Amino acid sequence: MNSLILQTATKFLLPLILLFSAVVLLRGHNQPGGGFVGGLLAATAFALYSMSFGTARARAVFPADPTTILGIGLLIAMVSGLIGIFAGEAFMNGHWTAFSLPGIGMIKLGTPMLFDVGVYLVVVSVTLIMIFTLEEEA
Amino acid sequence: MLAASIATLAAVTLASPWVHRLTARARVNLSGPLLAVAPAAWFVWFALKLPGVAGGEPIDQRIAWAPGLGLDLAFRLDGLSLLFALLVTGVGALVVLYSGAYMKGHARHARFYPYLFGFMTSMLGLVLSDNIILLFCFWELTSITSYLLIGFDHERLAARKGALQALLTTGIGGLAMLAGLVMLGVVSGSWNMSEIAGHGAGIVADPLYIPIIVLIFAGCFTKSAQFPFHYWLPSAMEAPSPVSAYLHSSTMVKAGVFLLARLTPTLGSAEWNTTLAVVGGFTMLFAAYLATRQTMYKKLLAYSTVSSLGIMVMLIGLGEPLAAMVYLLAHAMFKGALFLVAGIVTHETHVKDVEELGGLARAMPFTMIAAVIAAASMAGVPPLAGFVGKEMLIVSGLEAGDRSLIVTIAAVAAGLLTVYISWMTAFRPFFGHKPDGLSGAKEAPPTMWVGPLVLSLLTIVVGVAPALFAEDVVTGAASSIERVAHHAGEAAHGGHGEGGGHDGESGGHHLAAFDLLYLSLGLMLSIGAIVGGTLLYFGRVAWRKLNAPLIHLDRIGPDVLYQKSLDATLAFGLLQTRLLQNGYLRIYTRVTILVMLFLSGWALIRAWPGTRLEADIFDVQPIEGILILLVIASTVAVTMFYSRMATIIALGVVGYAVGLVFVMFGAPDVAMTQFAIEALTVIIFVLVIYHLPRFSTFSNRFSKAIDIALATVFGAFMALLTLIASSFDLPHADRVSNYFSEYAATKAYGHNIVNVILVDFRALDTLGEITVLAIAAVGVLTLLTIRDHRRWGVMGRSASDLESANAANAGLESPDDDAHSATEGGGP
Repeated sequence: MNSLILQTATKFLLPLILLFSAVVLLRGHNQPGGGFVGGLLAATAFALYSMSFGTARARAVFPADPTTILGIGLLIAMVSGLIGIFAGEAFMNGHWTAFSLPGIGMIKLGTPMLFDVGVYLVVVSVTLIMIFTLEEEA
Repeated sequence: MLAASIATLAAVTLASPWVHRLTARARVNLSGPLLAVAPAAWFVWFALKLPGVAGGEPIDQRIAWAPGLGLDLAFRLDGLSLLFALLVTGVGALVVLYSGAYMKGHARHARFYPYLFGFMTSMLGLVLSDNIILLFCFWELTSITSYLLIGFDHERLAARKGALQALLTTGIGGLAMLAGLVMLGVVSGSWNMSEIAGHGAGIVADPLYIPIIVLIFAGCFTKSAQFPFHYWLPSAMEAPSPVSAYLHSSTMVKAGVFLLARLTPTLGSAEWNTTLAVVGGFTMLFAAYLATRQTMYKKLLAYSTVSSLGIMVMLIGLGEPLAAMVYLLAHAMFKGALFLVAGIVTHETHVKDVEELGGLARAMPFTMIAAVIAAASMAGVPPLAGFVGKEMLIVSGLEAGDRSLIVTIAAVAAGLLTVYISWMTAFRPFFGHKPDGLSGAKEAPPTMWVGPLVLSLLTIVVGVAPALFAEDVVTGAASSIERVAHHAGEAAHGGHGEGGGHDGESGGHHLAAFDLLYLSLGLMLSIGAIVGGTLLYFGRVAWRKLNAPLIHLDRIGPDVLYQKSLDATLAFGLLQTRLLQNGYLRIYTRVTILVMLFLSGWALIRAWPGTRLEADIFDVQPIEGILILLVIASTVAVTMFYSRMATIIALGVVGYAVGLVFVMFGAPDVAMTQFAIEALTVIIFVLVIYHLPRFSTFSNRFSKAIDIALATVFGAFMALLTLIASSFDLPHADRVSNYFSEYAATKAYGHNIVNVILVDFRALDTLGEITVLAIAAVGVLTLLTIRDHRRWGVMGRSASDLESANAANAGLESPDDDAHSATEGGGP
């Protein structure tokens, strides 16, 4: 598709949507959001990009091969569960740390959040694998 | 130490290829003798245990495995398992020694040893197991190792077929036996045979008794090649001769006999005994007869083995455990020796047909001596071990009560035919005229003839001086069968019913104490059998001519039946796959929905009287009403539009409307996900449809009508189900949701309960789900990038692409088959 309007808009929209998807991912624990929705939003951004500029450029803009990201996402999800085992508890037991940053306030980090990141990466890569492959093979 | 024996042999199994590789460089092949040390050492250990165990003190060993389930690695060495352990290790050592020379020069010689030792380990585990599940595991392991060994020359089709036939037959029998064993364990309340033995009477009285014994019979009869499952044993002769000598005469095929003997005191009854006697007796006679039609060296011995197994089974059924054990021991010795001899002869002369051999006595003196002694034992010539076994067989027949006439006749007839086999296997190849082609044949290396010679000499020793050790071995075995029954307390129905009083003197039963009348009658019958068999041998040409017409009956024999069942199963599998896995997604969907509809609908109808339906379907807000109408209208539009784009957009509208419903009911996370998914689904649909060839319609009207009807009915059904489910008044239904809402903030530090459930409380489920997503993505990736270019035609490819694709696919099968070639014609 060679629409100048779409291409120009996409150039701005892509970073915005990605930023938004990161926000949705991080706020998921206390407000509506989470890994699944965040991942879908990020995938939508890249789908939009691939429709405007073509799949080759979209693949170039995407940080790595989607299949690799898929594996990394699954790995992160598994590792987040293993942290519980190293602490001597059951698989997938949640562990939290909290520290405060000057000017920002309390930051809570935990293994469920790590797991959510893994989910995010998996959803992004699954969707993009499907979309990119469909566009390329057709 | 019992588990240690199995463990060391398992270690040898793993180490043997390297041992072979290291020693094979030497001029003299040392791997055989070297590896034979392990089983020989254990043979000595077991032999040293003889006095104690035979005297009535079994050795137990128990290793806890899953104590909560009552499963232990329980091992037990009593008289019966000691006899078998000696056979496994003793004959095993000789066979390993033999195979060092026999397999020399074979490309896969190194691989032979682990298979052989793997079998040895499994068989030893089988006989030492006290736990019936453990026994079953070893049972199946012997089947698998036997498969590998029979099919060792896997380049030959006959070997592969024989191996598969053996595996399938014994495997199916084994599966049935597992069901029987499980039932036995449940009914008796224990998984260890020594404890099950105490519940004998209770098991016999249980309604499950007949199914149990039928299933156990299935396993034992298939393993021990009883009629009608005997057909796999002759086919198993495709194995190398050491394998035939070890597995298919001395040890593996006797596993069925072993288990029957083990279970007789517990499960014995009139039905048990009669079945064993009838099946065993018929097998004995029938197989012996079949043997007379053979001229191939190993096939003769194979049928003879089947007949001998029938004898052992029959003797157990007649309530003569001592006779059975004596015959078993004698058989192991003479049949093992004969098989090894057959191997030597075929190895040196490359001739497999006995009628083409002759006059080898001078060229192979040691082999000849071993063969003659072993065959004489088989024929029942005094004072060899086989003679004692034969005598006890005939005497058992005479003492069999009201069946004695038919049993004795059958036994004598079988004996007669066996004598014929003895002449064929020991006389014919070694004496008489020597064909010219055999002039170069010479004696085998010592490692090959030492085995049969040792076994033959043992035959003499056992026959002449049983008190040396044989007596202890067999009486220990027999009495362990009876002693268990004594421990069981009450008068066991067991193997003693018909034999009358003389089994009562179990412990001190000497091989020589017979009733004098029976002894003399038995002796005369025995001599008569020998004479008759000799006459049959010299008149064998006429005999074969007489039996020639009967070859037509083979067409309805079990072998053909097996082949037909195998073909039928494969054909059915093909038909079913074509029907159900035809590659059409809409057929899959329809079938799934139909089945679910019928099953749940049936359950619902059955439970209808007790269900309540409380739903006021007219309590609708205006905004909800609008959304509902929107959903319905879009759905109808989907089915009616002709333009594909319009259909997709209508689907998208349905999705968004459902998302709005979620918003209205206060589920923002789900709503957001739904919106995002819907957007992506529309995109993906457009991508797929945009590139498909331009068909005018996807499905005809009839097909469409079916789909609409099915979808409507199923949707209505699910709605009904949901309404019923929500009308249910479950007292603790909200226990889980209360837990989540209470602890989400405090324990999981999150206020979004939905997300907390997804990533914390139920994180394991989510992990599974993302794995499924990953698999789906990989599936899409592979299915799209591997495609049969012929089928998909001109989709967006240039002409040159097509030509190169066609050239690459030229070697594949024709596109005329029905099956969906995208799934099978596929890629590299």
